[in-house]
Amino acid sequence: MNPANYLYLSAILFTLGALGVLIRRNAIVVFMCIELMLNAANLAFVTFARMRGALDGQIIAFFTMVVAAAEVVVGLAIIIMVFRTRRSASVDDANLLKY
Amino acid sequence: MSALAATTFTVPPVEFGKLSPMLIAFGAATLGILVEALAPRAHRYRIQVGLALVGIAAAFGAVLALAKTGVEVVAQGSVAIDGTTLFLQGTILVIAFVGFLVIAERKTDQNQDAFAAQGASVPGSQAERDTTRKGWQTTEIYPLLMFSVGGMLLFPAANDLLTMFVALEVLSLPLYLVCGLARHRRLLSQEAALKYFLLGAFSSAFFLYGAAMLYGYAGSVNLAVIAQHVAHPDAGSTLLYAGLAMLGVGLLFKVGAAPFHMWTPDVYQGAPTPVTGFMAAATKIAAFGALVRVLDVGLGGSSAVAVWRPVLQAVAVITMLVGGILALTQRDIKRMLAYSAILNAGYLLIGVTSTTAQARAAVLFYLPVYGVAIIGAFAVVTLVRDAGGEATDLSRWAGLGKRAPIPAALLAVFLLAFAGIPFTSIFIGKFAIFQAALNAGAPALVIVAVLASALAAFFYLRVVVVMFFSDPLPDGPTIAHPSIAVKTALAVAAFATVALGIAPSLLLHLANNSAGILAK
Repeated sequence: MNPANYLYLSAILFTLGALGVLIRRNAIVVFMCIELMLNAANLAFVTFARMRGALDGQIIAFFTMVVAAAEVVVGLAIIIMVFRTRRSASVDDANLLKY
Repeated sequence: MSALAATTFTVPPVEFGKLSPMLIAFGAATLGILVEALAPRAHRYRIQVGLALVGIAAAFGAVLALAKTGVEVVAQGSVAIDGTTLFLQGTILVIAFVGFLVIAERKTDQNQDAFAAQGASVPGSQAERDTTRKGWQTTEIYPLLMFSVGGMLLFPAANDLLTMFVALEVLSLPLYLVCGLARHRRLLSQEAALKYFLLGAFSSAFFLYGAAMLYGYAGSVNLAVIAQHVAHPDAGSTLLYAGLAMLGVGLLFKVGAAPFHMWTPDVYQGAPTPVTGFMAAATKIAAFGALVRVLDVGLGGSSAVAVWRPVLQAVAVITMLVGGILALTQRDIKRMLAYSAILNAGYLLIGVTSTTAQARAAVLFYLPVYGVAIIGAFAVVTLVRDAGGEATDLSRWAGLGKRAPIPAALLAVFLLAFAGIPFTSIFIGKFAIFQAALNAGAPALVIVAVLASALAAFFYLRVVVVMFFSDPLPDGPTIAHPSIAVKTALAVAAFATVALGIAPSLLLHLANNSAGILAK
């Protein structure tokens, strides 16, 4: 199969993730969409590495996974902290700071 | 035998000496975690503050020791140690030291620091009252912020996009957490952390996808290799432009440029004020360092510059207009300073888009003088207090100059510097940037910047007028008496702001020398 198809898939995943961040209202879902964007970038790295016959793109994907895992730890901590205070994880309810 | 020889693992050399400033910062952070696990609660604050300050001072010593050495790209081409890096690292460490003095302050608020007794307790709950009564402190913030400092040291030094991405996350993740840990107004603080986190993660995903596009373009994330491919293109440029745009989104978010500035006012207002000051100064320095490196080293080829330069110039104009105009409408002093930070990001972008060594030197001069002044301004804000924390509403500041002349005068010095009054450091910085932009052939930008400065002078001076020329409120805010550490921080900030305005040549000279040395 033509490896370029994986790049199209990666672009579609990234777009879906970005749209999800902009449209969805639940902080957890927004966060999952961000993870989707990171994984789309991973797929692009791995595909480019495959197309060039190089390894470094695949290693970069591992780095990204570790960083994404660290981000999950911090992100879930913040979302749960906000949920315990407000009994809601909706990003629309967080509206004290404006203008 | 040959197959065996091919599989033998050779250890890549790592130049630990050259990396020592970052290693010291990360080492201090790791020790801080051990302290958190092992030391008794009563002693943690003292140990953590000492450890952080010693770590920062040691890292600064390492930067000074490296200053004699020449340009070198170390760690298999992923970290560039050159004049620009060392200048920015030294600046970040100085800012961090002053910032930590303010962050560690406990005297202004009844022997409590600015952070929630326990981040996990629900605001207004019994658990919160219990932990507060027991006098618990969230001493975890010191190792967290040291990790952040380590990431900031690495960010402007990163010579490949992967290292830059990791540094970006290492500097950001602790800040997201610390933003949510204010002792007072915890709902605002948690909301700021949520917004900062979601938008920050969103923008770093753009950064990473941009890095993937550039990897596809050049076959490497190393900036030098990307630069070679930009100079001698062997394929179409679609991937280059896509990568450039997405990388730009990630970096412009971090520097707080419009249209990616939305988080800045919310986060600056909600975060604990000492952290806001630290963040406003240090993050901006690190992010501009990284931006300069990506644009000048990786994408400095004339074909790429022709693409990103007009776009960034437009971003600079929008940033200055957004910052200048929206700051006029603010009634909260922290929010006003946030819009002023956006405005200043616009001035700095003018310097970045000029792409000459002179402009780079002007940016290098501007970053420390702006950082010191903004950290001082936020330190003054921590002193003006109401029952529920800081009195940040501007109307509460009426007549402050009569009731507390020294803090009011200090804030006036910083605000006049932001407004670009002659004989202040930021005046010199602005002058250097505008001059470099004129020499680089962008007079239109300079005209917009001067108009924005005139607009800005109005809202800075309005605060000064409110403080000195209106009558004090009968139930006005109390003025806390800070400890010697905060007094020192304020004195250093005010002294630097005035002294570098009167005698800037030493720092200008240093910035000029450092800017000329960029590992390409």
